[in-house]
Amino acid sequence: MTKEKEKRNGAKFFFRRREKEKKPEEGREDVLFLPKRKRLSTELRNRRRATWFFLSPSISGVALFFVAPFVMVFYYAFTSSAVNGEFTGIDNFKALFQNNAFTLAAANTVILLVIAVPAAVLLALFLAILLERELPGKSFLRSAFLSPLMVPVASVVLIWQVLFHQNGVINTFLAGFGITAVDWFHSPWSRFVVLLLYLWKNLGYNMILFTAAIASVPKEQLEIAELEGAGPFRKFFSVKIHYISSTVLFVTILSLISAMKIFREVYLLTGSYPYETLYLLQHFMNNTFRSMDYQKLSTAAILLALATSVVIAVLFVVERRLGKDAKNE
Amino acid sequence: MRKTSSGRYEKLRRAKRMKIVRRLILFAALLVAAVLFLFPTVSTFVNSFLSESEIMESYGAALGDKSAEYARDGVVIKLIPDKVSGEPYEVFLFQSPDYLRKFWNSALYVVPITLFQTGVALLAAYGFTRYRGKIRSLVFFGYVVLMLMPYQVTLVPNYVVSKWLGIYDTPWSIVLPGIFSPFAVYLLTRYMMRIPTAYTEAAQLDGAGEWRIFTRIFLPQCRSAIFAVLLLIFFDNWNMVEQPLVLLEKEELYPLSIYLSVINQNEVGVAFAAAVIYTIPCLLLFLGGEKHLEEGIVTGGVK
Repeated sequence: MTKEKEKRNGAKFFFRRREKEKKPEEGREDVLFLPKRKRLSTELRNRRRATWFFLSPSISGVALFFVAPFVMVFYYAFTSSAVNGEFTGIDNFKALFQNNAFTLAAANTVILLVIAVPAAVLLALFLAILLERELPGKSFLRSAFLSPLMVPVASVVLIWQVLFHQNGVINTFLAGFGITAVDWFHSPWSRFVVLLLYLWKNLGYNMILFTAAIASVPKEQLEIAELEGAGPFRKFFSVKIHYISSTVLFVTILSLISAMKIFREVYLLTGSYPYETLYLLQHFMNNTFRSMDYQKLSTAAILLALATSVVIAVLFVVERRLGKDAKNE
Repeated sequence: MRKTSSGRYEKLRRAKRMKIVRRLILFAALLVAAVLFLFPTVSTFVNSFLSESEIMESYGAALGDKSAEYARDGVVIKLIPDKVSGEPYEVFLFQSPDYLRKFWNSALYVVPITLFQTGVALLAAYGFTRYRGKIRSLVFFGYVVLMLMPYQVTLVPNYVVSKWLGIYDTPWSIVLPGIFSPFAVYLLTRYMMRIPTAYTEAAQLDGAGEWRIFTRIFLPQCRSAIFAVLLLIFFDNWNMVEQPLVLLEKEELYPLSIYLSVINQNEVGVAFAAAVIYTIPCLLLFLGGEKHLEEGIVTGGVK
């Protein structure tokens, strides 16, 4: 009997090895195809079934709180009212696009994202490159840049108010140079203030990710490049960039997620009714929640989900291109 | 190579000196940047020891409702208080039960979310890691998509379901969706993928069941990832603003994260102290777990 068991396990090991041979560089993560089910031993099949038990709490929770209600949201978006509504096609979407509050909020959000996300990615990459060198007190510097991650936004908005109020510190400082006071929160500059707060909070996190990615670039490659006479810029753009492209994607996505949370900063700084350049999608949603307009809410949610999916799909395609380059060269 | 000519030697030395100078400049620049990064936190901390009258005197022109009453001759941040005072802390901790209540609300939401989300996610991550067929790959992909959706999308289903279940405007409407947020599942799955299969195969040969492999091999291996996930979830939820605004109506249920902005408006004197007290749990966790945190952040992002 033991012999038989051994044989079975042997077979299993064989399968595993074959999987690895198929996709050696990608590891277990990307193994989508286990060997055909027919060939699995009963023991293995039972084990596979048992692991569904581990997944069940999470899956049922996600299904109840996100998936099932989302189906309802879908239904609301295409009907005229929550109870006994008629199917209206894309009328709700049309109405939403004609809603000034929505278009203003969407435009403001897009503008903020377009500025904030690239800034957060590029500056963090720059910081990581600078901190790559041997420097005294390097770990202190890293901790200093990472520290805003743990400070609750609500705790620092007060200082931001002191700094950027019309009678605040920055204006006092600028007055020293004869520059007239700027009303930071009630002018187009308000975007800049929020951007600063966002960068302050998120740069450290991104920087850590880039530092790790740069450290994982193989030393031999860099040495070869150096022997062939590549300067630091050449080394970065011809060698390192290929190894960190997947991290760039990851950081971009994370920055996108955190930039969508920029509402927190804006709300805590300026309340429910900010200056018009700071009126964001979450403000719009909050007001719509208050008026309980299910149709409008659902339509906006679906539209946003669609937009997010498109952006992410584009990012993935771009990354795949870049990654391919690295493998071909 | 031998350095025979002294001219060449000189050149090398100069290059080396230049390099040191450049390093110094870089270091100075980074140091300034680091100080700027620490500045908001440090000045909040320092200012929390100012008495109410000193705060109004210093910042009255830039804070609160009555800013117009103060003459405008420039506001400067105080980094050294005239007199260290514990007054705002006393007010916050002993004289206003309302603030403490909000603090307690925050803890009441965030601690269960953090612990249970991590627990549920550990189980799920194991389920995703051990075996993965087509269905599981698809489900995992769904989790990733859900994770990437902004609150503006996920709060609508949360709202709908909390109305159904009758938990709208109760703490449950915040805590329950929080527990099933897919972020921790994603991070832990990525971490578990790195555990060598040799360990599990060896355990399997010795006759260990799935639960045993989970508790004896995966959990100990993931220790620092678990810590990082706990911290990240805690920080994120301690900051919650969107969920309570949408899912809660009663102001007495609000967490301190939202209520702080009310304090900032109406009671500037204690606002700094409130901010510091609010930061303390995060600060302790950060100091205690920075190493794990970095490791955890990194695993999520680098293959």
